[in-house]
Amino acid sequence: MTVAFDYSTSIGPTSLPNPILTASGCASSGKELAQFFPITELGAIVTKSIMLKPRSGRATPRMAETPSGMLNAIGLQGPGLELFIENDLPWLHQQGARTIVSIAGETVEDYAILARRIRTQPGVVGIEVNISCPNVENRGLVFSCHPDTARAAMEAVRRNVGGDLPIIAKLSPDVTDIVQIARTVADAGADGVALINTLLGMVIDTRTMRPRLAQKTGGLSGPAIRPVAVRAVYQVREALPHLPIVGMGGISSGQDALEFVLAGAQAVSIGTATFGDPQAAIRIKSELEQLLIERGFSNFSDAVSYAHRAEQ
Amino acid sequence: MSSINKRAKQISAEIISNKKVGAYHHITLTVGEIAQLIKPGNFVAVAVGGEDSRMVLRRAFAIYKSSMDPLDGGIVELVVAPHGSGSKWLCSAPIHSMIDVILPLGKAFGIPVNPVNALLVGGGYGSAPLFGLAEALKAKQCNVDMVLGASTASKIYAPQEGKRSTNSMIFTTDDGSLGLEGMVSSVIPEIIEKNNIEIIYSCGPMAMLEAVTQIAAEYGLQHQCAVEESMACGIGVCMTCVLPVRGEDGIARMVRTCIEGPVMEGSDILWNTGRKVPSEVWGAL
Repeated sequence: MTVAFDYSTSIGPTSLPNPILTASGCASSGKELAQFFPITELGAIVTKSIMLKPRSGRATPRMAETPSGMLNAIGLQGPGLELFIENDLPWLHQQGARTIVSIAGETVEDYAILARRIRTQPGVVGIEVNISCPNVENRGLVFSCHPDTARAAMEAVRRNVGGDLPIIAKLSPDVTDIVQIARTVADAGADGVALINTLLGMVIDTRTMRPRLAQKTGGLSGPAIRPVAVRAVYQVREALPHLPIVGMGGISSGQDALEFVLAGAQAVSIGTATFGDPQAAIRIKSELEQLLIERGFSNFSDAVSYAHRAEQ
Repeated sequence: MSSINKRAKQISAEIISNKKVGAYHHITLTVGEIAQLIKPGNFVAVAVGGEDSRMVLRRAFAIYKSSMDPLDGGIVELVVAPHGSGSKWLCSAPIHSMIDVILPLGKAFGIPVNPVNALLVGGGYGSAPLFGLAEALKAKQCNVDMVLGASTASKIYAPQEGKRSTNSMIFTTDDGSLGLEGMVSSVIPEIIEKNNIEIIYSCGPMAMLEAVTQIAAEYGLQHQCAVEESMACGIGVCMTCVLPVRGEDGIARMVRTCIEGPVMEGSDILWNTGRKVPSEVWGAL
């Protein structure tokens, strides 16, 4: 007799039919991928970080491929909050997709305004707070790299979003102690953390003998960063046993996703892998389910944090 | 369903031929029925390196030709320059191996309703999509002149059968090893005047497209160019292949060349911005 596998998960107050999400900035707002698989079959679509105003982003070259990864400096190109609410969110809602909106601000007040506008939109099941952005009020230092600014951004969002919509802080791994930042944002009201954002890197073109990217530095993603991400998830889970974690960083197979789940992730996001394979997320969804069943799990939740169990 | 990528499919395609032609490789894939949806100017995005590849990004290639073959069904032909690690891998792929391809992608060249005098300008392997375009224009009774340029003779891609679709073909090379010595831009004005050219189509390096745009503007001609910006995905999610492009409202925005291009009106593009976003660019599409 086969017993149905329970693939559902939850992030704070939100329940999802499965733990597979897109990673912010790697699926736009879903329209591009809809041709390749039914986006409603994912746990949720995490949209590209949206800012208050339309934004051109950085100059090109914005991208360089690296061994098992890539460097990008897109610079949060996007239509701005109002067009996003007008065009992208209604489309996602119409499809029946569950949407986690990623928001990015230049000031603490930006985060408050974005959260206030997003919280009431239909189809939104969560808000990801991308605090890996430069704070224009504080010498352009990235919010998530200091506990005080990370806290300020999260408190601004929390003040504007009720308890029924989870807010998830997306953290940068470019810090000395990611556990300290995770603890800070949890204290500031975050319902969960997304681990990890890209790592800052550089590629120098040996032909031109200058940095390859116009922006010089960029964020490193892809399988090259996976062990860093798994480590971050494991450490935060160990320190904060009850804080929901969305794990990401170079997941390109079910096996990769399983590492994050065992390390402590309630959900996983598929990012760079989508560039190489538009169907990566939906493929990983079935691969992970298969691996869990093979290992004797009857529900997904039992596998979360399983790597932390006591030695026999 | 969304209107973006609406005809595209991700398929496993068999390489049925892979031949070195000059500096390039002519590669033929069987793709099935989807070949019928391909229009000149469309491109494919190929996964490279095989399983466990350390190359995580797709490579975009212009489609040279597509057709329904009585024996092989739908086929797609590519002309690939083995420049980087991804294109080298593809050029060395053995016959009968399978590759993961997404097609057809991007906006195609616009074909005029009535017969016109068209000039097609290609640089290097950028000539590839122009032969299919020439055939489509010929089918509309257009007069088709072609100018192909490259640094040297081996980098001119001009198969015999391609020449049948053109009324005239001129070559230019930087070293004079084939045709006229010099760049394509030096011969275009004369052709425009002599043959009463009404529209220019181009494909090749960005500097060439910019030069052609300038000439088209001097003669007040429409100029459809297929741009080549490096892409990570080819399907509109990575946001790396952008160019500053002026919209119908006169406002310049960063647009994805994989979705809004690769074929664009040359005069709408803000060319050669020197690794900077021009100050007039506002927002994005």
